Amino acid sequence: MKKMWKGNHAIAEAAMRAGCKFYAGYPITPQTEIPEYLSARMPELGRTCIQAENEMSAVYMILGAYSCGMRCMTSSSGPGISLKQEGLSYICAYYLPAVIVNVQRWGPGLGTLDSAQTDYLRDTRGGGNGDYRVIVLAPNSIQESIDLMYESFDIAEKYRNPVEIMSEAALGQMMEAVEFPEFKDREGELDWTYDGTNRPHGKLPDSEKSAAALAKYTKIAEEFQRWESYRTEDAEYVFVAFGLPSRTSRNAVDQLRANGEKVGLIRPITLWPFPIKAFEELGPQVKGLISVESTDTGQLIEDVALAAKKCKIDVPVYGLFSGLSISKTKAISEFYREVKSGQRKEVY
Amino acid sequence: MAVTKTTPKLVDIPNKFCPGCGHGILNRLIAEVIEENGYEQKTIMTLGVGCDCNMNSTFLGDTIQCAHGRAASTATGVKVARPDLLSIAYQGDGDAYVIGLSETLNAAYRNTNITVFVVNNNNFAMTGGQMSWTTMAGQVTTTSPAGRDTKATGNPIKLPEIVSGFDVAYVARGSVHSAEEIMKLRKYVKNAIEAQLAGEGYSLVEALCQCPTNWGMDTRHSLEWMEAEVVPYFELGELKERKAK
Ligand SMILES: Cc1ncc(C[n+]2csc(CCOP(=O)(O)OP(=O)(O)O)c2C)c(N)n1
Ligand code: SF4
Repeated sequence: MKKMWKGNHAIAEAAMRAGCKFYAGYPITPQTEIPEYLSARMPELGRTCIQAENEMSAVYMILGAYSCGMRCMTSSSGPGISLKQEGLSYICAYYLPAVIVNVQRWGPGLGTLDSAQTDYLRDTRGGGNGDYRVIVLAPNSIQESIDLMYESFDIAEKYRNPVEIMSEAALGQMMEAVEFPEFKDREGELDWTYDGTNRPHGKLPDSEKSAAALAKYTKIAEEFQRWESYRTEDAEYVFVAFGLPSRTSRNAVDQLRANGEKVGLIRPITLWPFPIKAFEELGPQVKGLISVESTDTGQLIEDVALAAKKCKIDVPVYGLFSGLSISKTKAISEFYREVKSGQRKEVY
Repeated sequence: MAVTKTTPKLVDIPNKFCPGCGHGILNRLIAEVIEENGYEQKTIMTLGVGCDCNMNSTFLGDTIQCAHGRAASTATGVKVARPDLLSIAYQGDGDAYVIGLSETLNAAYRNTNITVFVVNNNNFAMTGGQMSWTTMAGQVTTTSPAGRDTKATGNPIKLPEIVSGFDVAYVARGSVHSAEEIMKLRKYVKNAIEAQLAGEGYSLVEALCQCPTNWGMDTRHSLEWMEAEVVPYFELGELKERKAK
């Protein structure tokens, strides 16, 4: 039976179901319900929850524990995720799994507590020093937050790479009716973990690391793209949106379709790797792409333009950037009409 | 009586420290105590960033190279995942007391059941001898070329004295400048490791070590300088003894 759950509580409970044995984090709005929930829930399950002295320390606790193969995670928002970037770079350098939740708040610096997607470029491009990627999953509902979290440890361990669930303030704070999967544990053992015996950990000599990084990230990009295409078969204009803006964009598609407009939606679920394959499926009737995102200056739109180029879709790419709010259905429909009538200038 | 020399298996290959460096002595003492306790296959050593990076290839047990200053947090994670193993953080003074001061203090503050060894050689050695928080007043380094001005930069930090005020299991400061002190340091290392194995909580041992390369002295003068200048300021001994069981 479905029950009403708050987004942050639900994602925390889903992590427990997925076999997470250790959490380390530091309070910051709008993700604090995650450590709060786990500080009660984990002792109940005989697991460990540590309130670290800061976000950096928390990510190194995760590095240490996952080096030993323990399913573990951290979460934060805004400046807290910035502090974790050094640790994420080390985790990637060592081919370690890890799970991170970023419940995004708006802005640089301290920012605000408003819902936003302004960490898109940092989180999909690596964010720390060196050339690496974090696998980024973007749910647009609380049920999907649960489902993606439930898979994330398996994905992180399969690729030996961190996985981030990119949530948004409103998605963490709102409530929806959801169902949880059963408790599970890792199937099989990891053969590279640190256990004191100094067995091989799969480390490569520096001279082989560049080629290995290229091979690893090319493989993930090829086989791990996920997205949802909605009414795109004959669409002339295609919205591209993830997370909460994808919900209002979908409403806009339905309303515009009801008025005879040929519009559709591509909703990336993996932000890295970006679902380029979704664009390969678009037909020659497409006249424009519209990125709908909660950013100030446009971030997702860069990937939309690159995907279009890769798929030889030579059409203008427009951007509707709503900053510290989520574009309403009406605003999206209006923006579309302005695009169609030539009143809007393309970004790319 | 015949004397046989044995070397602990964990350090049974030549180290990569400079000739006369103090690090190697501490390496050996730690290895001896680990093996005495039968933990050579049950230890994970988290290495800070400094000359201890050399131990990635010369310390023959499991080593995790962590980021500069973050060893205490990493070793904490190791201990959470594997409470049955010995989790050691091995760091330099710059790593543990400067960039990692927060991590070091907070792990001690929580009385986390890990053991931290800090080589105090009064400078940032690996990067070529810059000032550290442990650099002596007046000591010349590449970033205190006129001698350390403690009015502007603070007095040399006594971290073991600070954490011994916390509710921790064991804290000591030893030195490798003489055979006698090395034997005392060995006892401190043993207590620190055995405190963790007994689940008593956080233990820290600082070891005063010479860095002839960056001090610009030969080994003999380095040891003399330590005895004359460093040891009187950084007093040796147990700052927090283990609770009698
Ligand atoms: C974030 C970061 N900053 C700076 C450095 C450069 N760095 C490497 S080792 C070191 C100082 C090490 O000094 P200490 O911890 O005292 O160890 P020692 O080499 O003296 O044994 C510095 C500054 C780094 N590796 N990472
Ligand atoms: S630079 Fe100093 S601390 Fe580093 S190995 Fe050489 S003597 Fe030892």
